[in-house]
Amino acid sequence: MSWEVVIGLEIHAQLATKSKIFSGASTAFGAEPNTQACAVDLGLPGVLPVMNAQAVEMAVKFALATDAQIGRTSVFARKNYFYPDLPKGYQISQMALPIVGEGSVTVAQTDGTEKEVGLTRAHLEEDAGKSVHDQFNDATGVDLNRAGTPLLEIVSEPDMRSSAEAVAYARHIHSLVRYIDICDGNMQEGSFRCDANVSIREKGDTELGTRTEIKNVNSFRFLERAIEFEIERQIDVLESGGTVVQETRLYDADKDETRSMRSKEEANDYRYFPDPDLPPLVVDVTFIESIRATLPELPHVRKARFIEDLGLPTDDAVALTADKRVADFFEATLDDSFKPRKAANWMTGELFARMNKEEVSLSEVPVSAEQVKGMLIRMEDGTISAKIAKQVFDELWAGAESADAVIEAKGLKQISDSGAIETMIDEVLAANPGQVEEYRGGKDKLMSFFVGQVMRASKGKANPAQLNDILKKKLDG
Amino acid sequence: MALTPEEVRSIAHLARVGVDDATLTELATDLTTVLELVEQMNSVDTTGVEPMAHPGAAQLRLRADKVSEENQRESLQAPAPSAEAGYFLVPRVIE
Repeated sequence: MSWEVVIGLEIHAQLATKSKIFSGASTAFGAEPNTQACAVDLGLPGVLPVMNAQAVEMAVKFALATDAQIGRTSVFARKNYFYPDLPKGYQISQMALPIVGEGSVTVAQTDGTEKEVGLTRAHLEEDAGKSVHDQFNDATGVDLNRAGTPLLEIVSEPDMRSSAEAVAYARHIHSLVRYIDICDGNMQEGSFRCDANVSIREKGDTELGTRTEIKNVNSFRFLERAIEFEIERQIDVLESGGTVVQETRLYDADKDETRSMRSKEEANDYRYFPDPDLPPLVVDVTFIESIRATLPELPHVRKARFIEDLGLPTDDAVALTADKRVADFFEATLDDSFKPRKAANWMTGELFARMNKEEVSLSEVPVSAEQVKGMLIRMEDGTISAKIAKQVFDELWAGAESADAVIEAKGLKQISDSGAIETMIDEVLAANPGQVEEYRGGKDKLMSFFVGQVMRASKGKANPAQLNDILKKKLDG
Repeated sequence: MALTPEEVRSIAHLARVGVDDATLTELATDLTTVLELVEQMNSVDTTGVEPMAHPGAAQLRLRADKVSEENQRESLQAPAPSAEAGYFLVPRVIE
């Protein structure tokens, strides 16, 4: 039997506000337990929630970035359930009237194609606290620092048909929320969490199969593996004559499996109702337009511009626009004296390799775009070769002031004097008469041997184009 | 619609309200009366009337995103039945 996989994602993006969604307590990560939990977060009697304007702005920003409908009047509702890290006994969320309505995103797939994924909605809500089960004897510890942290829950349509598509979509949203600066995207700290709804149906069926919801996935790799495991499990169940049970399943990365989370099943009836503490949230046109004005050029628009206006290959454009800081850095290295492609090549090659090696992100790179630009200019005008540029870059990384200063101090200026290069070539040919004879006898491969020898003699400074040219003439002529 | 005692038991459990079996039937009758009232209201023609989540014309007030609360852990944990190492302690909830 041939199966079709249907996946929808619910992404919780923690909004990058300074204070909580309904209180003035800090949202900073990593504080001592309960030092950032005030009376409102604790749900003490008599307190009232007051909405954070920044969270509203960020939600509207997301709507604008995904061409989504904006709920001009949205309503907060109470989602009722009992758990120790939810002190009020309800979570303030949005149900019937969310702030962000239907939208869509165009997601680049790994095979180079694009796929449109529908967004059902995105709503504002508060996060719960954190329960600690393994630190105390016969007790659970509750830390409410996270309680009341603003979240934007982004719900997709069940449009994905494979784990790879689901991951591509999640990465797209991850990149987008960082791009528009509404979420730091830190998955380890829980700022960006994905739940996956997975179901299976026979190919050709139009009705959806019974779905399970996978929770507790904190990396894209685990998301892919958890979905893969769940697809296999559901196919096994169906092919052995069983039925899939609608339930929440937890992903266990150590065992690479999902397992049923029975304890939460009975809590599925949340009895939503409008929160009487919070009148409707109304956003007007002026507000929306003021936020539109703050929207940066979006990744897909910027990518298209890099390809069409700057002449970059698609691969480079994709790599350079995934992260806003990378794209900004790239644009800051550009100069009229060289083609943008040169800077793109250098960044995707040399810089990315170095960042990987040092395990740093762009913000931790100790070299500025201005310094890189200075180096690229010297590569373009022939002062240094690509090989010497690596050495210059090392020096810049180590704290040197500018490419020009390094070239001057270390005497790295490329040798472009053809007389000098010729002398070096003559010496090398004279020292290797055997190889010269072999080469002339037809062993073309020895060309690179000679180039290497001359380069070594010049300490890497010979202009490679000139060297090749003269060497070829001498050997062939 | 009439609520059964079983449905009332389930609602009571969701709300963590303790109800003994003896009062279940009585409660079911009471709540059914409430639902009948709602049904009666449902029969009113509301064509053209905008749905309303809250009475009155109030709109949500917004505050600036500023940290205004200081750490008050000591005083906030003072009335808690149990606290240790900065955590509120509750009976173990993990299975």
